[in-house]
Amino acid sequence: MKYDMLLLRFGEFMLKGKNRARFEKTIITQVRSLLKPYPGASLRKEFGRLYVDLGGESHTELIAVLKRVFGVMSISPVKVTPSETDQIVETAVAFMDERESEFKDGTTFKVNARRVWKEFPNSSHEMNHLVGSPILRKFQQLSVDVRQPDIELRVEIRDQGTYIFSEVIPAVGGFPLGTNGKAMLLLSGGIDSPVAAWSSMRRGLEVECVHFYSYPFTSQRAKEKVIDLARALADHAGTIKLHLVPFTEIQTAFTQLGQDNLIITLMRRSMLRIATKLAERERALALITGDSLGQVASQTLPSMNVIGRATDLPLLRPLVMMDKQEIITLSKQIGTYDISILPYEDCCTLFVPKSPSTNPNLRIVDKIEATMSQLPEWVEQAVEQTETITLHAGENFIVTNQQNEVNDMKEEWF
Amino acid sequence: MKYFDYAATTPPHPDVVRTMAEIMEAQYGNPSSIHGYGERAHQLLRRARSGCAAAIDVKPEEIVFTSGATESNNLAIKGAALQYQSRGKHIITTATEHASVYESFVQLQQWGWEVTWLPVDSDGLVSAQQVVDAIRSDTVLVSLMHVNNETGAKHPIAEIGVRLKKEAPKVLFHVDGVQGFGKMEAKPAAWGADLYSLSAHKIRGPKGAGLLYVRSGVELTPLLSGGSQEQGLRAGTENVPLLVGMAKAMRLAAERQADFAQRTTILRDRIMEVIDTIPGLVLNSRKEGAPHIVHFSYPGMKAEVALHTLEQLGVTVSTQSACSSRSAEPSRVLLAMGRDNACAAGGLRISLGDEHTEEDVALLEQALHQMVAQLRPLERRM
Repeated sequence: MKYDMLLLRFGEFMLKGKNRARFEKTIITQVRSLLKPYPGASLRKEFGRLYVDLGGESHTELIAVLKRVFGVMSISPVKVTPSETDQIVETAVAFMDERESEFKDGTTFKVNARRVWKEFPNSSHEMNHLVGSPILRKFQQLSVDVRQPDIELRVEIRDQGTYIFSEVIPAVGGFPLGTNGKAMLLLSGGIDSPVAAWSSMRRGLEVECVHFYSYPFTSQRAKEKVIDLARALADHAGTIKLHLVPFTEIQTAFTQLGQDNLIITLMRRSMLRIATKLAERERALALITGDSLGQVASQTLPSMNVIGRATDLPLLRPLVMMDKQEIITLSKQIGTYDISILPYEDCCTLFVPKSPSTNPNLRIVDKIEATMSQLPEWVEQAVEQTETITLHAGENFIVTNQQNEVNDMKEEWF
Repeated sequence: MKYFDYAATTPPHPDVVRTMAEIMEAQYGNPSSIHGYGERAHQLLRRARSGCAAAIDVKPEEIVFTSGATESNNLAIKGAALQYQSRGKHIITTATEHASVYESFVQLQQWGWEVTWLPVDSDGLVSAQQVVDAIRSDTVLVSLMHVNNETGAKHPIAEIGVRLKKEAPKVLFHVDGVQGFGKMEAKPAAWGADLYSLSAHKIRGPKGAGLLYVRSGVELTPLLSGGSQEQGLRAGTENVPLLVGMAKAMRLAAERQADFAQRTTILRDRIMEVIDTIPGLVLNSRKEGAPHIVHFSYPGMKAEVALHTLEQLGVTVSTQSACSSRSAEPSRVLLAMGRDNACAAGGLRISLGDEHTEEDVALLEQALHQMVAQLRPLERRM
């Protein structure tokens, strides 16, 4: 069917009184950035709702994109017609005509007309009849049920035009992006952390990602994979900032200590320290990780205790009580799974000891760190050498080789 | 000698040749290797993939690189049929498809699939209604070419795609886009195509490189077993220099498409007029068709004789399609269009590129006149 526009309805944050204007503004910003790849579409705001005029863009594609906007409860594709009785009736019949393949004997429907524009000559009640009768006459399979109809044909009569729609497609819901503040997420190449990012964004957090890489032990492709993950997240958020932190020096230093079973604990603590500094710099008020209780050695309760003490910031772990299978299902839904399962080594999979401690001792860990006089300096350096890139929805980001690798790819080849 | 057989293959673009030579010399890494050589090859492939995707307005992850359109067509048709056989074993195509589609269908027929061969009208066309009417509850796939390689006839692909999406959304739609891309607008996703094949050497790229667009969500059973290259759909080390060459050729072709159509249409119309005025020659192409192909018959004359005569007069044309011209059978395409045997056996194709000039066409005109004059005494003795 050829639709003219999409109607977006807002979710739970509508209850939040005075903040509503700010929340709406946030949604509009996110919608705008998601609409960038679709130049035909344009945005219109009305009390409690958004309208996206399709301007020739595909409605199925745009619904798929806009379903991701945090804070949007549902979407309806709409046909628009001038507010004149004859045209409304005609369009409504045509609308039902397009849906005829779904009708069976005994399919029920009702017309729900709303006269928002009070100067329109017919009352809502009259419109229900005027629209309903020709539909009943034309489609013998249909009957009217005003209580629980299979199809509710809604007709909104407004000054500037009448909107006809019936589908209500559920969207992601939650809070508008960033309305609950900003947090730094530790993004690995795995399955969990992108899901943690999405879950946080859905609760209204703006998320910036921090990734630790160990070049030259890990390849350019591991980095590329993380950039792809961040880009997949940008398809939900509109834009995503990604901080790439060189971690090789610190990581190698830990391998020299002869404390193999604590390496992971020490590494994670340093990562949190670096992430905390980046959070302070970027004015983020929490750290987020993809930890899920008991999944690996660093995610036992004693490990989380010792690791978590390396930061003063609230440490959010949205997946902590979720089963792996639930996480996988979500990661498939948000489009990160296929990227996450690419097989490149990253800094978290390097140097995994034979028997990592599941029950580290805080006192011992503190002591070891105290013997490494250069550690604070390395943390500072890592923060300074951090490279930040911004990814946008729908964009195909190509990694240019910033690292010393010789890049003899020539632009004119393409 | 003037070459008028662009539908068979095109001279590779000098910039494409240079690119490929440089990459072959210096960038010989295997894109699956994880060292620096592999890394750079992988990057090249990635750039090539997004370039190819941009040229047909689809997503990079929807591109599967192949060795050419024959492989793409085989993968699309057999891969889809095998993957979705639980939905049914009925597939639809026309009688005038390219051999790589036609023979894939024949093979599936031998393996127990039921094939509807849609008939074409005297212009070589099917209608959207015909396609929709042929759909059954057990239909898995419809495969149609965008532009016929012999006659230039142009199926209403966009209309068919839209109707299919509406009336039979589960039926996969494959478009063989080989003769259409670069000559007219090619937007498989917008048409509602699920699968779309292309070949590099028809657009001044290298031979041995092609691609298949596989719409996200569509799954195929791979035909080659082996490594997990191309998302597991096409095992085998990717031919990096050729694929980068294809990406470049596609970009150049997409950029020049409007210009191409304009220039070749003028030349094609002129050639059509000339053929129309030479007694004994019959036009098989229509002006509504592709801008770069003129097909005509010299009934009563064996096409090969006409071809050699023209070659002596300095112009190279072709009989049938290159892929079947070494067989002595009359053209399957022309027979399906309802032409008689004499007409189908005497078919000749002139195909153009945008490098052709009016002088080239003048030479061709002269050769055509002369050829008929020379052969007239031999008519109907063959």
